[in-house]
Amino acid sequence: MDQVIETLKNADNILEVTDLCKFFKAGRKQTLKAVDHVSVSIRRGETLGLVGESGCGKTTCGRTMIKLYEPTSGKVVFDGKDISTLKGKDLLEFKKNVQVIFQDPYASLDPRMTIGEIISEGMDVHFHLSEQEKNDRVADLLNKVGLSAEYANRFAHELSGGQRQRVGIARALAVEPKFIVCDEPISALDVSIQAQVVNLLIKLQKEFGLTYLFISHDLSMVKHISDRVGVMYLGSMVELASNYDLYDKPLHPYTQALISAIPMADPDGEATRERIKLEGEVPSPINPPPGCKFRPRCRFAMPICEKEAPQLLEVEPNHFVACHLCHQKNQ
Amino acid sequence: MEKENILEVKDLSVSFNTYAGEVKAVRGVSFELKRGETLAFVGESGCGKTVTAKSILRLHKAPFAVIKEGSQIICDGKDVLALNKKELCKFRGDEVSMIFQDPMTSLNPTMTVGKQIMESLRIHKGLNKKEAREEAIKMLKMVNIPSAEKRIDSYPHEMSGGMRQRVMIAMALACSPNILIADEPTTALDVTIQAQIMDLMRELKEKMNTAIILVTHDLGVVANFADRIQVMYAGQVVERGTAREIFYDSKHPYTWALLSSVPKLAKEAKQELYALKGTPPDLILPLNCCPFASRCEYCMPICKERNPFETAITDTHKVSCWLQHPNAPKVKSFYDREVQ
Repeated sequence: MDQVIETLKNADNILEVTDLCKFFKAGRKQTLKAVDHVSVSIRRGETLGLVGESGCGKTTCGRTMIKLYEPTSGKVVFDGKDISTLKGKDLLEFKKNVQVIFQDPYASLDPRMTIGEIISEGMDVHFHLSEQEKNDRVADLLNKVGLSAEYANRFAHELSGGQRQRVGIARALAVEPKFIVCDEPISALDVSIQAQVVNLLIKLQKEFGLTYLFISHDLSMVKHISDRVGVMYLGSMVELASNYDLYDKPLHPYTQALISAIPMADPDGEATRERIKLEGEVPSPINPPPGCKFRPRCRFAMPICEKEAPQLLEVEPNHFVACHLCHQKNQ
Repeated sequence: MEKENILEVKDLSVSFNTYAGEVKAVRGVSFELKRGETLAFVGESGCGKTVTAKSILRLHKAPFAVIKEGSQIICDGKDVLALNKKELCKFRGDEVSMIFQDPMTSLNPTMTVGKQIMESLRIHKGLNKKEAREEAIKMLKMVNIPSAEKRIDSYPHEMSGGMRQRVMIAMALACSPNILIADEPTTALDVTIQAQIMDLMRELKEKMNTAIILVTHDLGVVANFADRIQVMYAGQVVERGTAREIFYDSKHPYTWALLSSVPKLAKEAKQELYALKGTPPDLILPLNCCPFASRCEYCMPICKERNPFETAITDTHKVSCWLQHPNAPKVKSFYDREVQ
């Protein structure tokens, strides 16, 4: 019976990641564990936020999930198919279904191609369209992202940062994907432009029923856009919960510190708010500390933390934490 | 007791000469800074906050950037714009120093950090090598760099972003300047490191009684740090006031827009954020109207004809907006609407 429920639960997962690892060689004998046994599933139509400090493996995780990097070990199942075994037509189909919006809109658009060419490049591969159909679709997409159709003949350098990011979004949408990895899509933009782009992403999600993996270090924006949020630290997922649970009652000491460090635009609130100070910086992922990786900076470090790496366990319904302290409390 | 003004800027205008024409980046900005006070410049990119900050140190290259006649910068009784080269060298670093935005690119990669800190100590304080080194170690300890004796011989690439920013702060404070200009000091850093750096700056400010000019686009950083805030748009100051006045009682539609485009943690997720439409005006063109008129929800006919003058609401709170005119309709900020 349990198994049936389990399969039913899994049925609406668009992406299931089990024990995903991505190691890079760093020198002759050293390996950099960028993603270290991450397991997560993403439901159809939801937005999963992924936060953490720079160098914690968020981007690598996102890229490995969609086969931009070959995983070192672990399994990724997209729409019921294991992506490592995909070949030929299936692989092409997979690549059509997952798209990426990159961080830097200044670097991710080819300066020698017109906006129309950039957007229609993917269509050439996946659809067989006549020139006229293609132009119509490009115009349609440009309108969807809030640009006028005449931008199709311009070059990337003629556009502002916000406009370029809109082109990046149009390019991702061009092949009608189901799943989009948004890799820090707003961090290079101004505050007021950020709001525009985020509003656009939310609108498009509703319109096309898209699933997003939203990678960012801006915690308040992640809260705004996500349904569930995962927190990464040194290549591991330390906490995964719905966005209300995570921001209202964070359980992992690292998440607590992260959330208390978010600057708030409220002088009185700031003055009275208790802040958890994190000492030091993220250790190198080449030689991470043994046991719990967060131990050297943790306020509550216990002897067991040094010996054993905590597992990501469900301590409350749909609230997963990798911390010995929370596990003990729960027992 | 009223503190004395350490810096007075009057009617500062800065233009850049480009092939396309003269870009008027700063248009008649005036402000003053008191001893030990923190003043924040807030605004979108391209609104002239960094240009204003840099002109205090006269860091703009001469033929391309021109500080217009009639501008006045008076620092501690000295007319900064009249300083000659030698005096300027003495002025920079000794009386006013600056922390730049990107700690990755603003340190010299070919020099150890110790040497870079010692450089200013030797020039301004005339210390010999040994004394300067000791002083530099003291500075590194002050900014909480672990094992400072060893770290002083590291090169910038051996350090993390947060550490480099600490070195920049140590360097800027080495000669205990009266004014510290921090140009987006935490933009390139993670939130936890950002909190550390802001705590450090707050601590040092209290210890050394340095006046700080903080340039940033992040209203969150400002809330807990600045005494006074000055909101800039298209090279002009559109609103100024104490932090509380700006956050709780702002009067300019642009300030409202800035405040509401940041998602609030307490708010429901996935609601539409307030997004400003359009883009800031082209600074090459002359501006005879309110610069914000084309993007403003409350735009009136007069806004497109004349630039508003500054209206004082309290002694410290001043707004440049036609809505403050006695004949203007009374409108309620959409920011207030949201909060309630």
